[in-house]
Amino acid sequence: MDNKKIGQHISRQFNEEMENMRNKVLTMGGLVEQQIEQAAESFMSSDLGLAEKVILQDDQVDKLQIEIDQECTEILAKRQPAAFDLRMLMATTKIITDLERIGDEAARIAKMTIRLDSTEYYHDQYHEIRHLLEMVKEMLHASLDSVARMDVNDVVAIASQDQKVDHEYGSIIRQLITRMMEDPRNITRALDVLWTVRSLERIGDHSVNICEHVIYMVKGKDVRHISQDELEKVMEK
Amino acid sequence: MIMTTEQTRTHAIDINALSRKEKTQDKVIETCLKIEKLDLYYGENQALHGIDMEIPKKKVTAYIGPSGCGKSTLLRSINRMNDLIDSVRIEGKILLDGEDIYDKSINVAELRRRVGMVFQKPNPFPKSIYENVAYGLRIQGINDRRTLDETVEKSLRSAALWDEVKDRLNDNALGISGGQQQRLVIARAIAIEPEVMLLDEPASALDPISTLKIEELINELKEKYTIVIVTHNMQQAARVSDYTAFMYMGELIEFGETTGLFTNPAKKQTEDYITGRYG
Repeated sequence: MDNKKIGQHISRQFNEEMENMRNKVLTMGGLVEQQIEQAAESFMSSDLGLAEKVILQDDQVDKLQIEIDQECTEILAKRQPAAFDLRMLMATTKIITDLERIGDEAARIAKMTIRLDSTEYYHDQYHEIRHLLEMVKEMLHASLDSVARMDVNDVVAIASQDQKVDHEYGSIIRQLITRMMEDPRNITRALDVLWTVRSLERIGDHSVNICEHVIYMVKGKDVRHISQDELEKVMEK
Repeated sequence: MIMTTEQTRTHAIDINALSRKEKTQDKVIETCLKIEKLDLYYGENQALHGIDMEIPKKKVTAYIGPSGCGKSTLLRSINRMNDLIDSVRIEGKILLDGEDIYDKSINVAELRRRVGMVFQKPNPFPKSIYENVAYGLRIQGINDRRTLDETVEKSLRSAALWDEVKDRLNDNALGISGGQQQRLVIARAIAIEPEVMLLDEPASALDPISTLKIEELINELKEKYTIVIVTHNMQQAARVSDYTAFMYMGELIEFGETTGLFTNPAKKQTEDYITGRYG
């Protein structure tokens, strides 16, 4: 899909409105990505300052969501967009909802960091989530790339990455259960890790959602709630 | 919110009803007008290039496209209005219920009775409101007062104008507002019970409220008539039509269900036009 597409309207004002909105979405994506990175970092190294920063940054993300939503509504009212423009606006409002949720998950992880600091547990034992974190970060990054480039080539890969994330999530849960059974004193810590792992897994799901919205925007096909096989078929067309 | 069992059940019933409704809507669409390889020339200039399309019965079909793309020309050829222009030459066929309207055996006056037309500017006759609607019947030789009264009332009601003019049927038609005049003209067309109504930008000279009334009327009229509308207002096409045809430089570029055409057009030219991009 031609990236310059939104800059080709006869009305230059319309072009500017769409560009503005799009730039804000990209800014929001960048912020959220940073949030995740810092939240995970703060969790693993027990960095309270960083955790605070992540929580504060969430306000910025929320503000952007409201701003972008307002701009979308204004464009709809003023321009009565059709075809690609219409799909782009609809997809954007959904993309920013997912971004905002990702931001919330990041804030949740950061809050967990702060809560755990007041307990007596070791903080260098969260190695099991490091791998999951890397996978999820990659997914989010790739899905934001697809938003920026309006390109859906990597979508199948991202969706299959999500299956790996789910698998990893499942195996971490099993490990945690085993440890809880071994020694009940592990339960508190295991539950804390579980919440964090759960947040990461949700971020993976949101990343896939974002890709689905991009597919709708670019191809006009609604690929929500279909299997991986069906998705591959749609993408081949 | 927590649902009680009963609420859940009601909910489930609704879903079933919905899916049943969807099934019944899967009816076969009948064709009303079939246009086959239609070429039209104004002298040397070719205005329409090999148009092929089927206009479904009792649906609203809209033509959109930039000025000069041939949409009005095509609309006019459906009731042979182009016959009135000397230099026009037409090749190809337009079949109305399977019958070629350009066949020599066709009585053009009869054709225009079956295919009514409404123009951009309301053009009531300088007569009373009543006589405007009764006109079509009178030229058919029907002068029976009761028949006329009934038809006038029925037509004005169908055109959603009756309540506004019932107390002044004998007033001059030129004295009512533009929006009312346009609905009067539609009533005049309905009075002779056509099969097809051709509307050439019926609302472009009207204010927003009158426009909405006309759109509402179109939606009601499609229960009885096949409606073909030309409009420059794309949102109007999106609102009133079931099918939309996009024309460009005398060619039919894309024709399909309105919802699909406006959210995900198949052709780039269509997309550029409906989104206001440089073609």
